[in-house]
Amino acid sequence: MEKITNFFKTFLLYELVKGMALTGRYFFARKITVQYPEEKTPQSFRFRGLHAQRRYANGEERCIGCKLCEAVCPALAIKIEVAEREDGTRRTTQYDIDLTKCIFCGFCEESCPVDAIVETRMFEYHGEKPGDLYYTKPMLLAMGDKHEEQIAKDRAADAKYR
Amino acid sequence: MINIEIDGKLVEIGRGSTVMDAAHKAGVHIPHFCYHKKLSIAASCRMCLVEVEKAPKPLPACATPAADGMKVHTRSELAVKAQQGVMEFLLINHPLDCPVCDQGGECQLQDVAMGYGAPASRYSEEKRIVMHKDIGALISTKEMSRCIHCTRCVRFGQEIGGMMELGLAYRGEHAEIMSFVNSLVDSELSGNMIDLCPVGALTSKPFRYTARSWELSRRKSVSPHDGLGSNLAVQVKNGKVMRVTPIENEAVNECWISDKDRFSYEGLNAPERLTKPMLKQDGKWLEVEWPVALEYVANGLRCVIENNGAGQVAALATPHSTLEELYLLQKLMRGLGSGNVDFRLRQSDFSADAKQAGAPWLGMPVAEINSRDRLLIVGSFLRKDHPLLAQRVRQAVKKGAQANIVHASDDDLLMPVANKAIVAPGELVNQLAQILKALAAEKQVAPDASVQGIEVGGVAAAIAKSLASGERAAVLLGNFAQQHPQAAQLAVLAERIAALCGVSFGFLGEAANSVGGYLAGAVPFGGAVQGMNAAQMVASPRKAYVLLNVEPELDMHDPQQAMAAMRAADMVVALSAYKHHATDYADVLLPIAPFTETSGTFVNTEGLVQSFKGAVKPLGETRPAWKVLRVLGNLLDVSGFDYDTSEAVRDEALPGQNVVDKLNNHIEGVHVGPDLSGQGVRMNSLLQRVADVPIYSTDAVVRRAASLQKTHDAATPCVLMHGSELQKLGVQSGDAVKVSQGNASIRLTVQANDIMPAGTVRVAAGHPATAELGAMFGTITVEPIDITTGHSTDKTTSHSTGSANNTDQVAGYKLPKDGNQVAGQTGERA
Repeated sequence: MEKITNFFKTFLLYELVKGMALTGRYFFARKITVQYPEEKTPQSFRFRGLHAQRRYANGEERCIGCKLCEAVCPALAIKIEVAEREDGTRRTTQYDIDLTKCIFCGFCEESCPVDAIVETRMFEYHGEKPGDLYYTKPMLLAMGDKHEEQIAKDRAADAKYR
Repeated sequence: MINIEIDGKLVEIGRGSTVMDAAHKAGVHIPHFCYHKKLSIAASCRMCLVEVEKAPKPLPACATPAADGMKVHTRSELAVKAQQGVMEFLLINHPLDCPVCDQGGECQLQDVAMGYGAPASRYSEEKRIVMHKDIGALISTKEMSRCIHCTRCVRFGQEIGGMMELGLAYRGEHAEIMSFVNSLVDSELSGNMIDLCPVGALTSKPFRYTARSWELSRRKSVSPHDGLGSNLAVQVKNGKVMRVTPIENEAVNECWISDKDRFSYEGLNAPERLTKPMLKQDGKWLEVEWPVALEYVANGLRCVIENNGAGQVAALATPHSTLEELYLLQKLMRGLGSGNVDFRLRQSDFSADAKQAGAPWLGMPVAEINSRDRLLIVGSFLRKDHPLLAQRVRQAVKKGAQANIVHASDDDLLMPVANKAIVAPGELVNQLAQILKALAAEKQVAPDASVQGIEVGGVAAAIAKSLASGERAAVLLGNFAQQHPQAAQLAVLAERIAALCGVSFGFLGEAANSVGGYLAGAVPFGGAVQGMNAAQMVASPRKAYVLLNVEPELDMHDPQQAMAAMRAADMVVALSAYKHHATDYADVLLPIAPFTETSGTFVNTEGLVQSFKGAVKPLGETRPAWKVLRVLGNLLDVSGFDYDTSEAVRDEALPGQNVVDKLNNHIEGVHVGPDLSGQGVRMNSLLQRVADVPIYSTDAVVRRAASLQKTHDAATPCVLMHGSELQKLGVQSGDAVKVSQGNASIRLTVQANDIMPAGTVRVAAGHPATAELGAMFGTITVEPIDITTGHSTDKTTSHSTGSANNTDQVAGYKLPKDGNQVAGQTGERA
């Protein structure tokens, strides 16, 4: 019986018709193509994009230089130096993330006891020469300042799951 | 022996042990905070609660004596519940600041909370806050809210440090650890409290916020400072020494180290570090490459030898140098035909040279000090010179030993002293002779011929009685006795006293390699070619000097003479880790590595050979001194300089590392007397100098350790005199006086202090403020400064500025910013 079925399939172009049917179905279906960059896909509040350092509302940087993110980073992308600031608090003097090493695992964010280092929704960035993707503390703080509103909203949305 | 069962494991343990000891033996870990094996039992933290069968409630393992047949459960339901409860209480007031806490990552509270605590706390009210206190430059108490009141620091002060500098004040929730009203923690062992603190309440001030514990790699090393040779863990990050902690070694340092060992690492990173070889050309210093500098040295030495003979070349080394360095230095000198090599820079009496049967050493293992029941300690600033040996003596005294002191200054040893004979330096020999005679009488043997005519005083008789009444005595000679102008006679008398007690006597090693220097042959009689000793080398100036780590103005017995010799020399080669005063008189500065950057060996005072490796790479173009000396040997065509490793040098210097046969304190052929009163004859106004080397001025590294230099012990030294002597001079405590010795006079503050015997003046040596003065012993004049000249209208200020200026001029040292203040405090305290 199987032999007979195969025999007919060979000259009746059954596979071709089957394939064309699928094509035809999608031809009339609703389109899901996103016209990037004019259009963008929706993002989760847990999206792990470019890093940023946050500040408190009074402008004080959050980071206390505990170095947990440096310790947890599996790609060894973070470098931190710490010193005592004049007011006696523990602060970073250097906080660098090498984005060419970073694998965007989000461990830094997760380990941070003060929510200072976060990964933003920002994924559109580039570097033109070596070193451009080596983000220093001022660059990260600037990122944080720029996106603080969105960052705060995302943390709030995620808060009940943490 | 009794049998006890812990978590089903049967253990046999001695009567009188605690459940904690038994658990330790069984390999069962019981969480604890206040318990520490070297401290008394407080049982205040309650963390070690365990269930004991037939006991109605959980018992603290640290304070419960083990009884025969006892059955203990450390992880039963009751025990776990008790431990969780205690942990919850401890965390009620403990701030959640682990991320900024220096203890984070190596914190006992963190570990125990993770291992034995409940997952969450039910406490949501406010936590208490304890304000921080300033207790000195070494220990940070910024976060006393973290304290869990285990009182380990308090007990350490009482039991190990000898003085209770911290205490637990107030009660209940108001309880606080604090020092006595506004006083600082000045103990020379205070750093150990940082290690003892199970939380982050007491942390290291210099280390504060510089690294986290998981970033540091620990490298084994040996202390280069005092003669004990403490085992150190040098903790390194990015090729830089970040801190130093002890490695436990029961035979040497137990689990302690002195503050000098702990905080001297700051000197390794000091800005004065020399990083490139330097040459003086036409009065200007040029940085040059190594080959240029070494060629220059080789040619210079060759020139001096050709023109003036090998005897005109002299080498001085500090006893803080490694065995390899000392060995190669003497081999180089002897290869050049000169026997002028010495490391005993502060010694003045060399009459025992070559008459001693071997290298002078402690005469017994260090650990045995604890078990001696009678001690005679001659001429030692014990607490400051040997902080951890003093601690061992303290433990011995606590067990019932009698400490007898013969010294020229009645320093507080922080332990009960049975008898003390405090006499002027010149009468030290006489005092020992008295003790020898009295002891002979006690033992009913005929006294030595040399002490026949001596009249025995009351103290000497008491000391003799004390020594005779014991079973295991120890006679120890300190640094002061070894530097004394009659050191050989003191040693001979000590040997005879010890012989009468049936024991051997010993020397407390001044520096890390005081024994190693002899074994390396870095003494004028240590090899085939013999030469001059340290004192002769500067007394009759040589044409060329090679200085290994030496700062002559601070390290020598007679800095005045030494500096004159250096200035008169044609060529001075300074191998040093630092740019120092040598820039004035040296021609070449060769940067050599301090102990963390070189491999080497120290032989401690009991003859223990301890080799170590470099912990970090040498800074800049610094090179290990043994390599520098090896290349110099090659350049000067001295044979036998083909070493590849420092181990090869060590194996040649100490074949098989067998030193036991080479250690021998026996002295033959030194005559005692005839004038046993020695220099005791006092001329009208002439006073005898008593010179201590302040604890934080002993060697180059310590002198540049910033935080240690801020401590009370490092304050600009004052002149200490007996009150009656001050009255004779007509000055008062706190006045500025002119101190003159040899052809120099300096200005210092004077303090009345009755620890000094009449007729003596204590002026510290080894400190930049007193570097211009002459020999450490001998006569010295103290004159009041005329008030009409306007110098002393404001006494304290005039002193402070005076000495600070003086300091800056003398040696280019920077005093810490509050150095003057510290000096001022001295005045207020005394």
